[in-house]
Amino acid sequence: MKYLDEYRDPAAARKLLAEIRRCANRPWTLMEVCGGQTHGLLRHGIEAELQGTVELIHGPGCPVCVTPLEAIDFAQQLAMRDDTILASFGDMLRVPGSRDSLLQTKAKGGRVKIVYSPLDAVELAKRNPDSQVVFFAVGFETTAPATAIAVQKAKCDHVDNFSLLVAHVRVQPAMEALACSPGDGVQAFLAAGHVCTVMGYASYEPFVKQFRLPVVVTGFEPLDLLDGILACVRQLEAGEARIENQYARSVRREGNVAAQELVNSVYEICDRRWRGFGEIELGGLQLRKNFHEFDALKRFKDVSQLPIVESSECRSADILSGRIKPPECPAFSHACTPESPLGAPMVSSEGACAAYYRYRNLQNNSPSGSPQKRG
Amino acid sequence: MSDLQSHNPSWQLHCPISIPDNGEVITLSHGEGGRLMRRLIHEHIISAFGTMPSDSQAVHQNDPLLLMDDAARLPAIDGEIALSTDSFVVSPLFFPGGDIGSLAVYGTVNDLAVSGARPLYLTLSLIIEEGFPIALLDHVLKSVSTAARHTAVQIVAGDTKVVPRHAVDGLFINTAGVGQLVDPIAPGANALCEGDELIVTGPIGQHGIAVLCAREELALEPPPQSDCAPLTRAISVLRERMGMRIRAMRDATRGGVAAVLHEWAGASKQTLTINQCDIPVSPEVRGACELLGLDPLHVANEGTMVVAVEPGHADCAVEILRSLPEFVHATHIGSVTKKGISPVTIARTLGPEQPLDDPLGAPLPRIC
Repeated sequence: MKYLDEYRDPAAARKLLAEIRRCANRPWTLMEVCGGQTHGLLRHGIEAELQGTVELIHGPGCPVCVTPLEAIDFAQQLAMRDDTILASFGDMLRVPGSRDSLLQTKAKGGRVKIVYSPLDAVELAKRNPDSQVVFFAVGFETTAPATAIAVQKAKCDHVDNFSLLVAHVRVQPAMEALACSPGDGVQAFLAAGHVCTVMGYASYEPFVKQFRLPVVVTGFEPLDLLDGILACVRQLEAGEARIENQYARSVRREGNVAAQELVNSVYEICDRRWRGFGEIELGGLQLRKNFHEFDALKRFKDVSQLPIVESSECRSADILSGRIKPPECPAFSHACTPESPLGAPMVSSEGACAAYYRYRNLQNNSPSGSPQKRG
Repeated sequence: MSDLQSHNPSWQLHCPISIPDNGEVITLSHGEGGRLMRRLIHEHIISAFGTMPSDSQAVHQNDPLLLMDDAARLPAIDGEIALSTDSFVVSPLFFPGGDIGSLAVYGTVNDLAVSGARPLYLTLSLIIEEGFPIALLDHVLKSVSTAARHTAVQIVAGDTKVVPRHAVDGLFINTAGVGQLVDPIAPGANALCEGDELIVTGPIGQHGIAVLCAREELALEPPPQSDCAPLTRAISVLRERMGMRIRAMRDATRGGVAAVLHEWAGASKQTLTINQCDIPVSPEVRGACELLGLDPLHVANEGTMVVAVEPGHADCAVEILRSLPEFVHATHIGSVTKKGISPVTIARTLGPEQPLDDPLGAPLPRIC
């Protein structure tokens, strides 16, 4: 298949792997920002192949994982109302809230509908004029244009029973927070290719100057990932810190300007609490004033916020900030499994715990190489 | 219900026939045991199977369905029999490559066939939602009849229930099947040994993706087609030509090929290893899976099976299967290896072999 097979060629991958090993005169520590990259690295065995040469620390780029617990709890409360349908992307459904997941809420009679596009949720609202339809708008800058179009469409078509529960997050402020945190050991970043497709990479130019850390915009296929890692290693070996674009077939410096304008017309930047991180300055998007009528938080003021309850065993905060790897969490694969997750990273399609659970060699799934057994 | 309001019942979506607004519909009275029910059974259900094939003229003349007794009386079967049952609740009822009628026949027929039986008889139970168009029911029954004829099974008993609106999603079907076990019977997954070779009979994930795309109206071009089809011919030819060299056969329905491999690994206490690059996947299924974040190995099939054969016989099995026009994509995908890191492993781009996940439940499409 075009644009896939050529980026999964084993012989080319082996060549890149050999080149990385040849270039690296000492071990380097990189962070791949996006959860899709984490899954690619583990799924294709790259992370294991590079052990001893490049350590890959898994970043916070799983929007499902960082969606605040209170937003999930709120979504569940909305779904349980007789007059409301909660529309969501599929991979939010297994994420544990304080009490239940949306899948459990659905089983208990909550009206939860999986949609494939935010525009489907607008159509759902049109077909159900007697119900309130709330779309759970989670995701990075990659999904924000689609939710922006949905709310514009709802406004244009006067779909008054449609609203958004907005939990959009922005990648770069989280990277800045990580780069500022002392002792995290990250020496370079693989920036998230799809976010940069929308946002471009010009904003990383001051970032690399300020933090003196190489940033390479990287795709998701094995050859993309290896190529991005090689570019980081070359910069590090040369003592450089530049922004590079490995994912040129998708990303331009200025990004997708039309998508950015769309997002800017509907959303404004705000501070946001990230699950596992706490408050991140300028780390989120919220609806602009002229779209407040579509803000579910404002529309459903009568829904009382229940106290949030985070698992005391789950170390997802440390995992999302790269302080530990999933197998280092005592609950990993024992108390916490995809069947009974304690935290979002175990069930999100971009979650690091899910990646380790699915793809890592079970006899070698701890960084120290000690055997681990699935619970 | 795939939709949340009654204005637009899901069984009207994707329907291959136009339903007149004033067309006759099923009412609760059709299920109450009176004249209306008898008329429905005679004029629509039994008439759909009126000319069933049978290898025994006596059975044909005393068609158990026509006798309308409480139980079908069937001729004695020589030797052991196999019995299987399955319920079909697919939404939408019609999808590219099949519908609930063909699925209800092939599903149970395939379960019998992979178990080493020659399928003979089926029961057919219908649970119909009040308001369901009779024209649509006729269409489904015709499809049941065609599939039964195609696989030479006879519908010998049935039941019809009508339930209030929203109690089911249009139409649910249950079939139970009886088959005659015929030698040689593959010993099954318990007998898998190191070195045995694994084959899939065609491109994987077709049914699950076809149904998903139809249900969610994902306008992929070309629309993925379900593999909904009988496996009887392939099994019969394989058994004839390979005899006891076949270790096990299983149709890879819900949970896909990965679920079969995990079940076999559990039953045999062996490790099953497959190669990613050998697994046949059509471009449209691959594209849909890449887009939605699904693994074709976890996606349901309805006319594709996994076959295990003795060491060194995969090429022969593949050649036999490929001689049949519907199995030209049969492929040797892996083997049974010595006890490894995980019950099922897969070699991807770089290796080393990695665990292949046992599907947790229904695959949920991802966010981006």
